[in-house]
Amino acid sequence: MTGFQTLFYKEILRFSKVATQTVAAPILTAMLYLLIFGHVLEDRVHVYPGVKYTAFLVPGLVMMSVLQNAFANSSSSLIQSKITGNLVFVLLPPLSHWELFGAYVLAAVVRGLVVGAGVFAVTAWFAHMSFVAPWWIAIFALLGAAILATMGLIAGIWAEKFDQLAAFQNFLIMPATFLSGVFYSVHSLPPFWQAVSHGNPFFYMIDGFRYGFFGQSDVNPLVSCGVVIVFLLVLVSFAVRLLQSGYKLRH
Amino acid sequence: MAAIQIQRVEKSYRSLKALNGVSLTIEQGEFFGLLGPNGAGKTTLISIIAGLNRADVGSVAIHGHDVVSDYRRARQLLGVVPQELVFDPFFTVRETLRIQSGYFGLKNNDAWIDEVMHNLDLTNKADANMRALSGGMKRRVLVAQALVHKPPVIVLDEPTAGVDVELRQTLWKFVSRLNREGHTVVLTTHYLEEAQALCNRVAMLKGGQVVALDTTSSLIKRISGSQLVVRLAAGALPEELKPLVSHPDELASGNRQYTLRVNDYAEVEPILSKLRLSGAAIEDMQLQQADLEDVFIQIMEGEK
Repeated sequence: MTGFQTLFYKEILRFSKVATQTVAAPILTAMLYLLIFGHVLEDRVHVYPGVKYTAFLVPGLVMMSVLQNAFANSSSSLIQSKITGNLVFVLLPPLSHWELFGAYVLAAVVRGLVVGAGVFAVTAWFAHMSFVAPWWIAIFALLGAAILATMGLIAGIWAEKFDQLAAFQNFLIMPATFLSGVFYSVHSLPPFWQAVSHGNPFFYMIDGFRYGFFGQSDVNPLVSCGVVIVFLLVLVSFAVRLLQSGYKLRH
Repeated sequence: MAAIQIQRVEKSYRSLKALNGVSLTIEQGEFFGLLGPNGAGKTTLISIIAGLNRADVGSVAIHGHDVVSDYRRARQLLGVVPQELVFDPFFTVRETLRIQSGYFGLKNNDAWIDEVMHNLDLTNKADANMRALSGGMKRRVLVAQALVHKPPVIVLDEPTAGVDVELRQTLWKFVSRLNREGHTVVLTTHYLEEAQALCNRVAMLKGGQVVALDTTSSLIKRISGSQLVVRLAAGALPEELKPLVSHPDELASGNRQYTLRVNDYAEVEPILSKLRLSGAAIEDMQLQQADLEDVFIQIMEGEK
């Protein structure tokens, strides 16, 4: 247990020592999105009745930040350790694959949630927010962060170079988040793209998260929660199996 | 029970056979040397012992615990100093050592951490960031990291490569003390005088196979006699002495220094008289006892 705690603590320490880059910068980025898109689209786009566009945008931006930062934390920690070679300090001790998994993922979840809370604290000033179902907010934030943290772990294990990781991030994570309904409701899309969106697990995370605020969503939050949990379980079993087999870590 | 039991280990990297059936038993309390030229498979073997690599065939056990199936107990018993100078740039020396202790399940380890830092002359760098340390200091931290959990088996992979005399002495003093206190030590090094001075037993590896395994003293005894090193100021080495030259490249190099095998002191005088008769003038001369380096060269050349 001490091994897990230490690795978790080390991972927290790692990102908090460079908090300007790992926490403050993504909060500023999200605020810029809100100011610009909110300013341009406030009077033109109405997604849900009685909800202003800026207010609609806030949960989307919060969730996007949670997801991107959870992914960034586990993936960058692993790839940096692999490339600089200091991953041996983690591979030599008697840490089990569950301890490795738990510590990397949990620390990444913490970073995702810290950044998400920061984005919310800053952007909520610009909109009138409601909290219809706070439990759904917490559950989807946690599940979404865990999913992306696990994906980050998988990407970090798989990638051998920074540009491979960047490809994973730019061609998979970024499109999946942007096309999941952060800036719009998928109901506004043509039927074909609506159907495509329903195949994107990220859509359910953001839709369910938004339900917690407004009590309105594209899909029933119970359905979203089920989809997200199944997706998480599949990823977790895959990631743990990678760690157990030593894939790309123990040659 | 053996400290390290290596059984018929084979390992390939694509077409390269890095280890080809290595079996070795290292007993508890030994100071064991693992020698061989670059690419002989030393680091691969150590990586398999440490669980960083996995053997294709064969098995390794630390104090009877298999490094794959019982990896938690095996790794708890093992402290490894990696060859590469790696460090985590986010932390200070003390943080690094506390974190490493935690990975091994130790919470309040400051007393031992202080002792290790003291013995490796790291105390005044305790709060310095790893990035700010010189290469030699980083190497000391690597050694300290391997020792935080007082492992009964310590493996050092070329710990003195590119390291100054002071650190070497500090390191060997500390590691010898640990060995006297009962820790098993396995060492790879290219400095054979170091291995000769420290190791009670030596294995030589070449092309992924053990080509020699014996106590250091018996290995040295294999080379009977001594060596006469002569440097000529004028003249050439007479033809009849050329078969005695132990390093053939000396004949080709043209710098007139030759190492000649002599079985006992009685053979020295005839050599000198042959040189005198041939008209050669001796500029410098030394009589050397055979050492581990001679054995190493002989064995490696014999295996060509």
